[in-house]
Amino acid sequence: MTVTDRPATDTRQVGQPVLEASGVTMRFGGLLAVNDVDLTVREGEIVGLIGPNGAGKTTFFNCLTGLYKPTGGVVRFAGTPRKPESAKRQVSEAEDAVAVQPLEALTPLPPKPRAVVRAGMARTFQNIRLFANMTALENVMVGRYCRTSSGALTSILRGPKFRKEEAATRERAQELLDFVGLGRSTEHLARNMPYGDQRRLEIARALATDPKLILLDEPTAGMNPLETKQASDLIFKIRDSGLSVVVIEHDMRFIFNLCDRVLCLVRGEALIEGTPAEVQSDPRVIEAYIGTGEDDEDEPQDTVTEEETR
Amino acid sequence: MSDVKTSPAAEPQTAQPPVRPIAWPAGVAGVVLVIAGSFLSWSYDGSILNDLSIDFYPGGLQILAIIAAVLALVLLLAERGPLTAMGTWLDATLGLRALGAGLTLYMALIVVAISVESDGLINVNPGAYVSLAGAALILACAWMLPLRQLRDLSKARLPAWSEILAIAVMMAAVLFGAAYALGLTDAWSFILCLLFFATVIVALVRTGVITWFGHVGQRHKKVLTLAAFVVAFFFPFTQGGSDANMSIATQVLIFAATAIGLNIVVGLAGLLDLGYIAFLGSGAYVAAMLSESAFATIDWHPPFPVVVLIGACVAATLGLIIGSPTLRVSGDYLAIVTLGFGEIFRLAMFNLDGINGPLLTNGPNGIPGIPELQIGGFNFGDEHTVAGLELGRFSNYYFLLLILIAFVILVFARLNESRIGRGWVAIREDEKAAEAMGVNVFGLKVLAFAIGAFLAGLAGTIKAHQDAAVSPDQYIFLESAFLLAAVVLGGMGTIAGVLLGATILKLLPEKLRFFSEYRLMLFGLLLVLMMRFRPEGLVASRRRQLEFHEEDEELAVAVEEERLIVEEAK
Repeated sequence: MTVTDRPATDTRQVGQPVLEASGVTMRFGGLLAVNDVDLTVREGEIVGLIGPNGAGKTTFFNCLTGLYKPTGGVVRFAGTPRKPESAKRQVSEAEDAVAVQPLEALTPLPPKPRAVVRAGMARTFQNIRLFANMTALENVMVGRYCRTSSGALTSILRGPKFRKEEAATRERAQELLDFVGLGRSTEHLARNMPYGDQRRLEIARALATDPKLILLDEPTAGMNPLETKQASDLIFKIRDSGLSVVVIEHDMRFIFNLCDRVLCLVRGEALIEGTPAEVQSDPRVIEAYIGTGEDDEDEPQDTVTEEETR
Repeated sequence: MSDVKTSPAAEPQTAQPPVRPIAWPAGVAGVVLVIAGSFLSWSYDGSILNDLSIDFYPGGLQILAIIAAVLALVLLLAERGPLTAMGTWLDATLGLRALGAGLTLYMALIVVAISVESDGLINVNPGAYVSLAGAALILACAWMLPLRQLRDLSKARLPAWSEILAIAVMMAAVLFGAAYALGLTDAWSFILCLLFFATVIVALVRTGVITWFGHVGQRHKKVLTLAAFVVAFFFPFTQGGSDANMSIATQVLIFAATAIGLNIVVGLAGLLDLGYIAFLGSGAYVAAMLSESAFATIDWHPPFPVVVLIGACVAATLGLIIGSPTLRVSGDYLAIVTLGFGEIFRLAMFNLDGINGPLLTNGPNGIPGIPELQIGGFNFGDEHTVAGLELGRFSNYYFLLLILIAFVILVFARLNESRIGRGWVAIREDEKAAEAMGVNVFGLKVLAFAIGAFLAGLAGTIKAHQDAAVSPDQYIFLESAFLLAAVVLGGMGTIAGVLLGATILKLLPEKLRFFSEYRLMLFGLLLVLMMRFRPEGLVASRRRQLEFHEEDEELAVAVEEERLIVEEAK
């Protein structure tokens, strides 16, 4: 019943779009952070989002997930922000794999984080934003919030429905912790966990919302080569269980190994979209990265060498 | 504890003092001296400190010294002697040091008290000096005894019946101690008694008994809760019909119930509310206006259960009204807005007097003459005799409030361990991340405000009848500050902590009247010291403990193991 049970490739149906963002534009006053960017993500696909610092990658993520209200464009998603179903249904669902229900038709998403999560798009943050003083297990259980329904009165009365839902939530959270390899540290406070574990915990928390599409914002920032390898294994594992993944990353070797398609943003605009090989060899991408150095606006940790971009 | 599996020893203690063979016999000699001294006369004047002047007839304070000495003897025997099996689990030396220091301070304070009360050091009889010397000897020898390597206390197991027995004994001790301490009338005796309790508690904490008791409590949670309520239930029967202490006890219960409600808002959802007393006040005012008082302003007198519901709902509605617009601000700004709301409430009650506004509250005069509660045929003003023990008016309210606080605790505990509670804590930790995870941030914040206000309103309706009057000056900002202090002092997010904090903040000023002038200064000092030395509060939830002592890997492992044990038990 874990996410890993799903065979690696044969059930993957790359083809149907999960997310279709068209003409997304975000303007902060006079600053055009994201300008008319299109992105289509298909089921079971890993899409990379690269670009120099300040290119608008995270802003684009925020527009997709409703943290920002885009000034232009529309985000359409294969799923509606549905209400959580009854506890009974939850239990049977929890025994299934992560997502993989037949896709619904694409509908426009309202720019509200809750609605976006309910529709089935979850994310992690560039600078880790865990609930620092909750345990790992509790962090993941919070992720189940939008898929459960017991209210205050139910929680006080504690009927069988509540117990069932609570047990299912706990079980599911434990399962996801096992999935990302944190099954042994469920009772550790998030803030006391090692950096790499915090990243993985954030992914587990996002997975707990039963997403169809997961957006990872620099999942390997600050990691050593071994941890980076583990992270890419984990992302493959997530993809193999039927989810689509969009990942922002600066580590070019990582991204070109991982992704089916890569979109390169420069100064808020889509420079090129294509297979890793195409993007890798595009002279404009190399120029944008090595370029003039003007692009270093707010993210100081960017260290992409010439060697990596080749 | 001899039937326990061996487990790896804890890490070796650092800085061992040189071992002196004389230490142990000297300690025993100290115990003997304290006990012998306690059987002798301490004071020439028999009229002070409940008569400590008769040889071989120890008074209350002398008995306390004997109890402390016996405890010291037990610890010494755990060090070397028939109880060494226990000594492998408990840190007897550390406990003995605390006990020795506390007992020495206790005896020194007794000498001071006798000389102050009866005008002169000359009135101190030799017995007190003998006991003081004994206490000092215990202290000295405790510093010469070696520290031992201990086994992991979380692995200590006794048969279930004896663990439950330990809970019963502990609770009986609490009941007896509370009854004894509250029975003391003069301030010196009360302070000395508090010092004795503090000494014993610190010694038990140092030895690890409290830690072990915490593990036992985890394993028998229901037994512990039940035992606590049984003790609370029997407390009025120890008062012999006297209403003096019961009046304080009812105030403590109202204060505690309100503080637990506040704990939902502050401790769980992390919303700093400085106007919380207004919700208690609105419940009380509703009950007063609907009561049969001659000054009641509404000519409708429904039965009390209906009044309770109306009062709580009015408070919750106020919570919603204040909550919905102001919860868009957070942190310091929210604190300022709620502070303002508390003042608005007080001033509104002040002005709804028929001149400046509609006649609802009689303005500054308030609504006096609220009659006793009457539920069914039971009048809360009557005295009752149960099994030969008298129960006065306040005892009746006490029992009602006990039911109330049980309800409040139930609501708090169950919400805390639910989807809603996790949502609250997530909001407290990182609002943006909580929102991005699909938590209904705004709805949950308003819910916290409303539930907290509901519980406070509930307490308010009973408070109105118990106080027999309501007036605006009962609901000033200072009361909100005290509620917050009780939450912070006791331990945010815990039940036991808030109960303890509320008891300390309400009981001390009542028992120590001379103290009440300085109480603000002393509470301020207490809070500053708490923030410096124990920021997680007196009783910290395991979670909070980790929060403030994050380097403690062992604690994390212990918590983990405990959870596994609990799950296995299921």
